[in-house]
Parts: sequence; structure tokens; C-alpha cells
Amino acid sequence: MEVDYAVLKKGGWMRQKQKNNFALRIHVVGGHLTGEQMATIAEVCEKYGHDYVHLTARQSLEIPFMKLEDIDAIKADLAKGGVEPSVCGPRVRTTTACQGNRTCPSACIDTYGLALEIDKRYFARELPGKFKFGVTGCQNNCLKTEENDVGIKGAERVEWQEDKCINCGVCVKACREEAITLKDGKISINMDKCTYCGRCEKACPVDAYVAHEGYIVSFGGLFGNHIHRGEVIIPFIEDHDKLIKVCDAAIQFFDDHAKPNDRLQFCIEREGEDKFKQEILDAYNS
Amino acid sequence: MADIKADETVDITDVVCPVTFVKAKVALDELDEGQILSIKLNDGEPVQNVPRSMKEEGHKVLKLDDNGDGTYQLYVEKVGE
Repeated sequence: MEVDYAVLKKGGWMRQKQKNNFALRIHVVGGHLTGEQMATIAEVCEKYGHDYVHLTARQSLEIPFMKLEDIDAIKADLAKGGVEPSVCGPRVRTTTACQGNRTCPSACIDTYGLALEIDKRYFARELPGKFKFGVTGCQNNCLKTEENDVGIKGAERVEWQEDKCINCGVCVKACREEAITLKDGKISINMDKCTYCGRCEKACPVDAYVAHEGYIVSFGGLFGNHIHRGEVIIPFIEDHDKLIKVCDAAIQFFDDHAKPNDRLQFCIEREGEDKFKQEILDAYNS
Repeated sequence: MADIKADETVDITDVVCPVTFVKAKVALDELDEGQILSIKLNDGEPVQNVPRSMKEEGHKVLKLDDNGDGTYQLYVEKVGE
């Protein structure tokens, strides 16, 4: 039997050192697994593997020691519990996320909802090289978004409401950028210093700040053989549709200009940072 | 705002996160609803985080005063039993 390793890799089957053994990568979006999915994975690793899983660096699971001859049976068993294989190779990988504002008091956005949306839109899209999205809820950056080709960080633009403010001074100290001053009963925010973190709004005891959700997006992150911190082009994107437009533009730029096994950052460096920036800005302004 | 009269005071400048919050919370537990706790806390992480934690616990943060010596005084009214 001739084995097409590229096809297996595409389907999330990672070749091991041990002949005819594969680690099966599971499709996990935003680090979220249900009890049923976990029970199913537990059964499969016990029945077909060596009764353990490996947690990957990007919130996925790999089940090692899967045998070639069991592939169809394994897929069928997993499917019964709502578990799908993931992908590897030159395509859009799983979208990672922190817990977001469904549970975390610090998060500015619903990271899981956004991860599901991004995954639905791009997952497994064929590209010249790998492409990774990561979503974090706030500037604590638990998800390390700048490691991703496109990293999305939840943020807030705030507006102070004078009539609600009790001049307690909590926001002045909650701000880590010293952007807020309180003088003669009035708050002023230095927008040159504001990083849209939202800590003032979250700390305010009387909700005297109105928060407008938004995103800080970084491009070109890498954390493998080469390391590069993803860079921000637009300081704050308030509109969800504009966020999707810039994501579309980044992935299309990569699709149009990348070489085989390229990464977005190398592609940007080769084609020119100004050209990439312009395409992102054009998408944002369209 | 008129001067706030505290029913109890607690000094959390001798502990570090997360014990700062725990010590303040234990002190609040001793109070009745509506009573006011004055918390002395350090600049930096405590003053950035403790007021917000009090809010998230459902208490009413009234005022943060700068003591001028690198410490602050936070006044919190207890909400709930």
C-alpha cells in the first residue's frame, strides 16, 4: 500500500519516528472542548493509541501511536463524539483564543465567538504556507497574539461621562500609561498615551466610562525557526466588519505573493512593508 | 464630596498580590452592610488592581486618596452580607 504522507498531513495525521504510527491532531477552536469530546478522545487514545494525549503549543491535542490500518475506524469513533481531525501543512491552522469575556473579568471581547467565526471563515484554506490566527481578550495578552501571522487583541475606546463621575480617582491609578488626569472635578484622557486597554472603565466603581469594543491587530508574527513579533498597523479597529476586511486582506496578500512554505512576515519583507501596509489600510478604508 | 468616615481600617502595605486582596476582603467580611472600610495600600500593582477587585466583588468604591508617601487610602462601602 502506497502512503501519501502529504494527504495524511493535510488531514492532521503527523508521521512519527515509529514506522506506520501517526499522531492525530484534533481540531480544537479557541481551546474549547466539551465533556463529550474529551470522553471520546479518551476512549480513542485508550483503544487505538498508548492511552495518553499530547497538548500542543497552540491549544490542540494530538493522539500519538495511531496506526495506519485503524484510520477509518478512528475517524468514525471520533465523529460520533463530535471530534474532527485538524490540519497541518501549508494552510490556515486552528484559531487559538483565551477564555474571553464570557468568563474572564479582564477581557474586552468575546474571543471564543470571534475564534469560531474566523475558524469558519478561513480554517484549512489552502495557501502557499501555514497561516495562524490567535485571539486574546485584552492587553494581559494571555494568548500571546503577536506570535501569530494575524493576532487579534481585544481593546476598548472609552468616553468619560462627567455626570456619573464621583471623582474618586481610581481610574487615574488604574491606568498604567498615566494617560488620565483628574483636575478640578474633570477627567482628561491623553489619547496619545491611551493604549485602549479599558482598565479605567473596568476599575470605575460607578461606570462613568462608556466602552466601545474594538481590536488591535498585529501582522507577521512568527515563533519558530525565526522569531518575529507581529506588528500593528492600525492602532485601534472599532468596527467588526473592518476587522474581517483587514484579515481578508492579510490572507489574500499572502495567497497572492507567498512562495512555497513561506510565512507572512517573510512575504512582507520581500514585497515591501509599505506595500503591505497600504493594502491593509486600503481594506480598512474601503 | 464630604470627608468619608471609616468604620474600620486595614493596612495591606505589608503584603503582596494576591494576599492584598484577600486581607482587604477578610477585613470587609467583619463589617456589616453599609459600613465603610478604609484600606491603606501601596502604589503600583495594589492601587491598580485592588479597587477593581472590590468593584468586581460587588462592593461600592467611594474614594481613593493619595497619602503623599507612596501609599493610598481606599474607601469601600460593604455591599451584601
